[in-house]
Amino acid sequence: MPLNIDWQQILLHWMNLVILVGGLYFILFKPVKQFMEKREAYYREKDQQAADKLEEAERIKAEYQAKLDAADEEIRLSRAKAQQAVQQSAEEQLSQAKAQAQQLLVHARAEAAHDRDQILRSSQRELRRLAAAATKKLALGQDPFDQFLDLAEGGAEHDEER
Amino acid sequence: MKQHKVGLALWLTAILLLLAGALLTGSPGRSESVQEAMRDAVLHGTGQISLFGLKDVNPGLISAFTVTAILLVAALGIRIFALPRFHLKPGKFQMVLEEVVGLFDHLAKSNSPHRFGFLGAYIFAAGAYIFVGTLFELLGLQAVTVQGHPITLPAPLSDVNAAIALGTLSYLVIVSGGVAGNGPKGIGKALKEFSLPISMSFRLFGALLSGLLVTELVYYYVNLSFVLPVLVGVMFTLLHALIQAYVLTMLTALYYGEVSEPTPPKAKKKKIRGA
Repeated sequence: MPLNIDWQQILLHWMNLVILVGGLYFILFKPVKQFMEKREAYYREKDQQAADKLEEAERIKAEYQAKLDAADEEIRLSRAKAQQAVQQSAEEQLSQAKAQAQQLLVHARAEAAHDRDQILRSSQRELRRLAAAATKKLALGQDPFDQFLDLAEGGAEHDEER
Repeated sequence: MKQHKVGLALWLTAILLLLAGALLTGSPGRSESVQEAMRDAVLHGTGQISLFGLKDVNPGLISAFTVTAILLVAALGIRIFALPRFHLKPGKFQMVLEEVVGLFDHLAKSNSPHRFGFLGAYIFAAGAYIFVGTLFELLGLQAVTVQGHPITLPAPLSDVNAAIALGTLSYLVIVSGGVAGNGPKGIGKALKEFSLPISMSFRLFGALLSGLLVTELVYYYVNLSFVLPVLVGVMFTLLHALIQAYVLTMLTALYYGEVSEPTPPKAKKKKIRGA
């Protein structure tokens, strides 16, 4: 054969290679690969666990955030309610004060009217008395000038008496 | 410090004395010409070794058996002593081993994503065989030929029979991938690349043989046997080992992925009936 090619030796080389491939596969390649896969699976599981924990933490965070939001809303509503109550109370007090002021004003007006009527009545009564006195003096014939002076003095006395 | 200087001086003197002795002694005379040495390196016509008294074989076959034995014993040692001590956080040796296994596994997965289980195992073994087999010649293990002369065992793949065996086996693996992935169609796909076994075999043989021939030529002249073999023998052999292991495994993975890729079923043409 050219190049000293020997089919028997080629077959022996084949046998040698088949032994080598099988031997290395079962003794080294497969166990090392299995170990690497096992480690990869272990770290993948760890990674998954970490991801799960992170997800759980995110869920708890969201839950607490929702609770905080609800508490904030509750506080806001309570504050609004209190403000409303305070405003209502102030308005009530204001209206009461206005009513009271109105009442006082009415009372004061009535009192003023009563006083004015009383003064008017008293003045009329005085005028009538003066007119009656003047008429009496005129009727008794006294000098009008003297009568006037007497009346004036009498008025002063009357004032002093009062 | 003084002791170091003395040691250095002794070392240099020993080197110079040995060099002078080697040059003065000279060669006992050529038993064969360069042509004969080259032809023997390629054909192994005269340097055959008896295989357990059954048959005279090329030294490359003995080298191949030896390399396989070394690899299997090393693998067994790793399996028994190192693997049970593997940790999740790897040490240096574990990291190297995982890196090598992962390299071939990744090469198989990336080139043949549909079918890579067996391919990874095959290219791992083939890569290890080529790499260790090429470096094997550096050991300089001796054997005795049938004529009774001592011979240094060469790299297995410098024997054309070993190169043909590895090339054709790789081609068979590719064909098997085609059959497993596509059935009878896969055989057709693989047969299209009919030149692969020849090109793979002779690429390996040529690359290894060229290294061997260069080394033989260098060693043929005694004056070139100083310092230069460190570069020629070690550096070239290392480069050869790496390059050839990478080329064959990469080519095998590439073609395996190509022929094992499932062919999508052809859509049936709908007949358009005439109005």
